Amino acid sequence: MYSEKVLDHFSNPRNVGEIADANAVGQVGNSKCGDIMKIYMKIENDIITDVTFKTFGCGAAVATSSMATEMVKGKSVSEALKLTNRAVAEALDGLPPEKLHCSVLAEEAIQSAIADYYTRQGLDPKDFGIKVCDGNCEHCSAHK
Amino acid sequence: MIYADNSATTKVKPEVIDAMLPFFGEHYGNPSSLYAFAYDAKRAVEEAREKVAEVIGAKSREIFFTSCGSESDNWALRGVASKFDGGHIITSAIEHPAIMQTCKYLEKKGYRVTYLPVSELGEVNPDDVRAAICDDTILISVMTANNEIGTIQPIAEIGKIAREKKILFHTDAVQAYGHIPINVDEMNIDLLSLSGHKIGAPKGIGALYIRTGIKLNNLICGGGQERGRRAGTENVPYIVGLGCAASLAARDMEENIKKLSAMRERLIERVTKIPYCRLTGHPTNRLPGLVSIVIEGIEGEALLLNMFNEGICASSGSACSSGSLDPSHVLLAIGLPHHIAHGSLRISLGEENEVGDEIKIAEAIEKVSARLRAMSPVWENGKPMWA
Repeated sequence: MYSEKVLDHFSNPRNVGEIADANAVGQVGNSKCGDIMKIYMKIENDIITDVTFKTFGCGAAVATSSMATEMVKGKSVSEALKLTNRAVAEALDGLPPEKLHCSVLAEEAIQSAIADYYTRQGLDPKDFGIKVCDGNCEHCSAHK
Repeated sequence: MIYADNSATTKVKPEVIDAMLPFFGEHYGNPSSLYAFAYDAKRAVEEAREKVAEVIGAKSREIFFTSCGSESDNWALRGVASKFDGGHIITSAIEHPAIMQTCKYLEKKGYRVTYLPVSELGEVNPDDVRAAICDDTILISVMTANNEIGTIQPIAEIGKIAREKKILFHTDAVQAYGHIPINVDEMNIDLLSLSGHKIGAPKGIGALYIRTGIKLNNLICGGGQERGRRAGTENVPYIVGLGCAASLAARDMEENIKKLSAMRERLIERVTKIPYCRLTGHPTNRLPGLVSIVIEGIEGEALLLNMFNEGICASSGSACSSGSLDPSHVLLAIGLPHHIAHGSLRISLGEENEVGDEIKIAEAIEKVSARLRAMSPVWENGKPMWA
């Protein structure tokens, strides 16, 4: 059972698509497990001025992607890095237990895009405390 | 709304409700009671038994009412297995969880189970059944028709082999009973599970056919109901409902097969024109109303939620709909890779559907797949990234 908010964000997802001149792009998950999230960001003066997503996944995956983009839009990079999966799930009025991994994926997708932003500037994302998803679900317990 | 999930469950038919109602407030006696007031209930149960039996060419004394298809499956497998001290069971890789999980349980109890592979079309090869038989094989259990992909199994051939080798043969006919012709004698079926809610009776009623002379242990112990083989006071209204639904299903079977197969074919023809969309299961030897497809580049749960937004109820065997990381064992058994199996959709038409629904459903599938592909990171330039 999904909350009204999940159904709303799933049925009318915000910020769907690509950004042609994005300077931060991140992708997490893999098609074997059935969830892939790709986030595009336009970051100017450390502020996320635009953000979009493309998601292959279930209703919760689409809804968490949509909500996560809404939550980081207009925020500074450091604020966006503080976005937790729990905050995304709460903003959606909760997720069924078996779908909580989708909110983890959304948090990681945001982090992954910001990691790309740092990498493009010659910085090491690890210095900013970013753990990068490598798309290999077998050894990762983040979503279980 | 178009309800196209009749393999999940069906609407209870008005005639069935009418038949059931008097047995709640009027003829509410316990069929086991000896006074005349209870005779109506007793008689109604026996009439229903006759009707349920007739559909599959069985004798009424060979039908035992249960609470559901899963109970019937459990009873058949455990009831036979526990007659033996260990042994070997043959089943298929695409059985319903009620069979699969019972087999897993029996494996833990020391029985050996062979899960026969199926072809890309979902068929069990009777030669494989013959080859799998061991000296201590005690039971063969192969479903009549698959719930996810609709493929109908060569039950008569498997039954013939089982009879020849003197091994008991059970079939889970929950999806097939009342939908396609079954004859327990012609097909050499010894045990058959069926369920009411797939044919317009309520949820919570099923039956197990047990051929005369077949011995199996009881699953539910207690009073002497069902001739001492299945305890528990008879669910009289639901049994009456099952009997009524069985009669109606038999009466209308030919007409329904004709109508639903034609609708199914039109739907398949249309949706398989969508690029990277294909039919799963056998193209012709399949349940009349069941269309199962995989649409590459999109995920099944998102697909069915979107379909519901378009006013259509369907289902999917994707991982997300099951809450695990793996898509359905059936889709994997027919050889689909994970990333494609995730995009499964099952449309199951029933006699309540009107001719023309299939076109509306096809239009919705086209619309929804275009929408989801547009937001899919694995769909680029009109094809999936793995193509």
